[in-house]
Amino acid sequence: ALAPPGLRLPAPYRQALLPLPVYLLVAFGCYSLATVGYRLATFNDCEEAAAELQEHISAAREDLRRRGLRF
Amino acid sequence: MAADRGDKFSVLLPTYNERENLPLVVWLLVRTFRQSGISFEIIIIDDGSPDGTQEIAEQLEKIYGSDKIIVREIISILFSSGTAYIHGMKHATGNFIVIMDADLSHHVSLYSIKQKEGNFDIVSGTRYKGNGGVYGWDLKRKLISRGANFITQVLLRPGASDLTGSFRLYRKEVLQKLMEKCVSKGYVFQMEMIVRARQLGYTIGEVPISFVDRVYGESKLGGNEIVSFLKGLLTLFATT
Repeated sequence: ALAPPGLRLPAPYRQALLPLPVYLLVAFGCYSLATVGYRLATFNDCEEAAAELQEHISAAREDLRRRGLRF
Repeated sequence: MAADRGDKFSVLLPTYNERENLPLVVWLLVRTFRQSGISFEIIIIDDGSPDGTQEIAEQLEKIYGSDKIIVREIISILFSSGTAYIHGMKHATGNFIVIMDADLSHHVSLYSIKQKEGNFDIVSGTRYKGNGGVYGWDLKRKLISRGANFITQVLLRPGASDLTGSFRLYRKEVLQKLMEKCVSKGYVFQMEMIVRARQLGYTIGEVPISFVDRVYGESKLGGNEIVSFLKGLLTLFATT
């Protein structure tokens, strides 16, 4: 059903080629899972940045209040 | 060229209900620019926020001077980043434009942006490389983020590791050119900018950023967002 008209591949070739698309799909699926899993595991958590931000926020509020900002 | 004396940075801040965060963002920006000695201006484009954002912005203008803080209001039914940027750029006098969110989620030292600016046309913040990262994200959110980014990388091959972050630095002419060509809305628009930039041969540099979860207010990620992201991604895939 898949063979172009007039082209007859010997049976062994056909047997090997038929599952190829499925095989590639599965292989890609495994690659995707592995890659996303790895990236998920190595996703940085920025503790110091968050702490620093809190400090900045306090400093900012104080400074702005002094300059006359009415929150 | 790396940033030097003649350069001026215009920061575009589109706002909607950012009354709490706006003063803090402005304060941080002013401080960072002054410390690095860079000439700057901050353009606040408010979409008719009902919470008094514009009033706070005007107070900031009085405090820092109207050459440094420029406040504009646009009232539109379809507010999108694109509309805000077009509007903001009309008033920008700098030769570099910085685009960022006003919600304090991008806590980054602009000094490092300046350094990274080794003749790049665009500098983009990335959460995924170097010591970039996030704070306050649960596993599910991280998974969605990494998964979406993976699909994006496979489909678009954009040449940048983080497409949906909205902290960017552009040369003014580059931004103008890209704005003409981009048609999407929302944050798909951000993605389209990078893809088109690559097509046009612009150089893109990356800087790690720490994405700290919204300090005030709720995060905008929901089921709807995911669907529209996928739709936008497929559109970009088909049309670029």
